[in-house]
Amino acid sequence: MRRHILSILLENEPGALSRVAGLFSARGYNIESLAVAPTQDPSMSRMTLVTWGSEEVIEQITKQLNKLVEVVKLIDLSEGSHIERELLLLKVKVATANQREEVKRLVDIFRGRIIDVGDATYTIELTGACDKMDAFLKAVEASLIIEVVRSGVSGIGRGQKSLYL
Amino acid sequence: MNDATSQPETMTGAEILVNSLVQEGVDIVFGYPGGSVLHIYDAMFKQKQIRHILVRHEQAAVHAADGYARASGRTGVVLVTSGPGVTNTITGIATAYMDSIPLVIITGQVPTSLIGNDAFQEVDSVGISRPCVKHNFLVNDVKKLAETIKKAFYLAASGRPGPVLVDIPKDVTAHRSVFEYPGNIEIRSYKPILNGHPGQIRKAVDLLLSAKRPMIYTGGGVVLGNGSKELVELTKLFGYPITQTLMGLGSYPATDPQFMGMLGMHGTYEANMAMHECDVLLAIGARFDDRVTGDVKTFCPQAKIIHVDIDPSSISKNVRVDIPIVGTVDRVLQDMIKAVQESDRKPDVEALAAWWKQIEAWRATKCLRYDRKSPLIKPQFVIEKLYELTQGDAYITSDVGQHQMFVAQFYKFTKPRRWINSGGLGTMGFGMPSAMGVKLAFPNETVVCITGDASIQMCIQELSTCKQFDLPLKIVNLNNGYMGMVRQWQEMFYDKRYSHTYLEALPDFVKLTESYGHIGMLIEKPGDVENALREALALQNRLVFLDFKIDPSENVYPMVAAGKGQHEMILSPYQEERELA
Ligand SMILES: Cc1ncc(C[n+]2csc(CCOP(=O)(O)OP(=O)(O)O)c2C)c(N)n1
Repeated sequence: MRRHILSILLENEPGALSRVAGLFSARGYNIESLAVAPTQDPSMSRMTLVTWGSEEVIEQITKQLNKLVEVVKLIDLSEGSHIERELLLLKVKVATANQREEVKRLVDIFRGRIIDVGDATYTIELTGACDKMDAFLKAVEASLIIEVVRSGVSGIGRGQKSLYL
Repeated sequence: MNDATSQPETMTGAEILVNSLVQEGVDIVFGYPGGSVLHIYDAMFKQKQIRHILVRHEQAAVHAADGYARASGRTGVVLVTSGPGVTNTITGIATAYMDSIPLVIITGQVPTSLIGNDAFQEVDSVGISRPCVKHNFLVNDVKKLAETIKKAFYLAASGRPGPVLVDIPKDVTAHRSVFEYPGNIEIRSYKPILNGHPGQIRKAVDLLLSAKRPMIYTGGGVVLGNGSKELVELTKLFGYPITQTLMGLGSYPATDPQFMGMLGMHGTYEANMAMHECDVLLAIGARFDDRVTGDVKTFCPQAKIIHVDIDPSSISKNVRVDIPIVGTVDRVLQDMIKAVQESDRKPDVEALAAWWKQIEAWRATKCLRYDRKSPLIKPQFVIEKLYELTQGDAYITSDVGQHQMFVAQFYKFTKPRRWINSGGLGTMGFGMPSAMGVKLAFPNETVVCITGDASIQMCIQELSTCKQFDLPLKIVNLNNGYMGMVRQWQEMFYDKRYSHTYLEALPDFVKLTESYGHIGMLIEKPGDVENALREALALQNRLVFLDFKIDPSENVYPMVAAGKGQHEMILSPYQEERELA
């Protein structure tokens, strides 16, 4: 069992996303996260799908995805060197000066930014690989956390390795 | 003359649809009208090129189109209304999807302005059919209609075929546009692989020629891919034994000595044993279904496996293969034939002789034995007689159950596309409607539906369609008063607790058939079987329903119990020796 990041070019059509989601639920495959938005070519979307499974299961997942009529192209980013990034938005309680100090210190260490300040809240933005988000969320005092919003992973191959039509 | 005011001529969406179907060469549509397809039915009324067959239930429309497609190789077409019209088609669509049958299903939809409002007879047709279609479309603009129909036909029939649904809101069928049917279509995200990889083909042929105990195993893909001729040529060239799945029957002549019979759960002893012992397996257009493999852990334990298939996702899905070859079956087999002819290797004659000797020993168990002297009609006997009388040349459809397995075991198909049954989904109710489709594709051929007393009642209403459109089918009802196949499992694995498998309240099928305006016959004695069949076959212009009262206790053997290995078969308890003694 290994984690895989699949990068998919998909026709930007209504229903295409539900075909992908339906495939995973119908065949009992795992989805850890899924992020999708249009590309520079508005007729196509780019999807990053994080899943895990044995080599056999991942092979079937890629074949089944390729079989969907709306899937234009697909690569498994985890087969080569790649970059993955996720966006985290976090709202925390900061009632005391101490708490404000502590949160600010952590945000600096993790190279995040405080993007909104409320009466007794900070909203923090952090980007990075998945494990960085996990580490940051662990570091923040759990009782202070009000909201966690994660975008899901977006990935791209390094150097020459590209996914385009 | 160039009149500045002259506009290009427009048509309604309904007319565009009908004209698109004509462009696709569609001659028959199976359907059932309703509110959201009224414009389309009006356009159908005004034209003469396409025949519309009005069924009595939308499930039957899909099965009929499916039978038409399986027998003729052309794409079957269905037209139904929104809501319940669509939900009634789902069983038929799933049946076609599981067996990779090319269909285009046109469904009416509520007007675009009402979509999403829970309007009268609204159902999310694209959503509800998504898991059981190759692809589907909602057409929300009349300008896209012709192109979408073109795409639907292209997708349905190319690559691994399958059903494609096109959902058309009522207002789109009323809107007007210029009709231009695209000549060719490109779908950038859909490019089926046609030619097998030459290196892989060479490797496969080398492996096959070095085999000591080779085996060929083929499925429905050879039928659908029209690869029968090539399969026969290649198998003859090798001189190897061949077995086929339920869906593959007919693509290799069952009368040939190299043919080992069907394999799998109710396959022959020799086919399953040979699979278990073989050292090289050539699988063509087959998908290693669980009804074939039994327990995959003990499936072909000694074999190196070569798998030829049009669908990459079929390869190594259930069983890991050593040499995958993706391509159309006819092209790959042609390339393999060439590679065998050009190879300086020859099959190992000595090893092959020993292998055939072993196979003959397995054959000697006579695994399809049954009591020919029984005072009750044996279902196997009926099929054997039918085979003799039709010389293996009829189109046979079936429903699902014991009768289906008896046909597979006892009717020796010698041509592809003659054996029409629901293998993947196992849909009771498939038999009669699919036979209607076959008969419409081949009006001059003998079409026999072999069914059981439970299955036939799932689409019995189609006797009415057969009357209206003059479809002289022969219906062979192997009437055991039970859901025989389920009863068999209950007998073998549930200590004879026959929970809800005895039907008790069967209709008088003869009277029932007569009330629909057809001929019914009741046959109760083995001695009457042949004459009844003869008489029915001679009545070429009438539908005849033959109700054979058969031995209710007969079981299908051999049997690989669910989850067991392919070599662990339960054999018939009947011994011919006793008969002789
Ligand atoms: C629509 C549907 N429902 C249930 C089943 C499960 N099933 C498989 S075989 C069978 C019994 C079929 O009985 P019959 O048609 O009389 O044929 P027989 O086995 O007696 O030849 C049933 C209920 C099925 N295959 N399809």
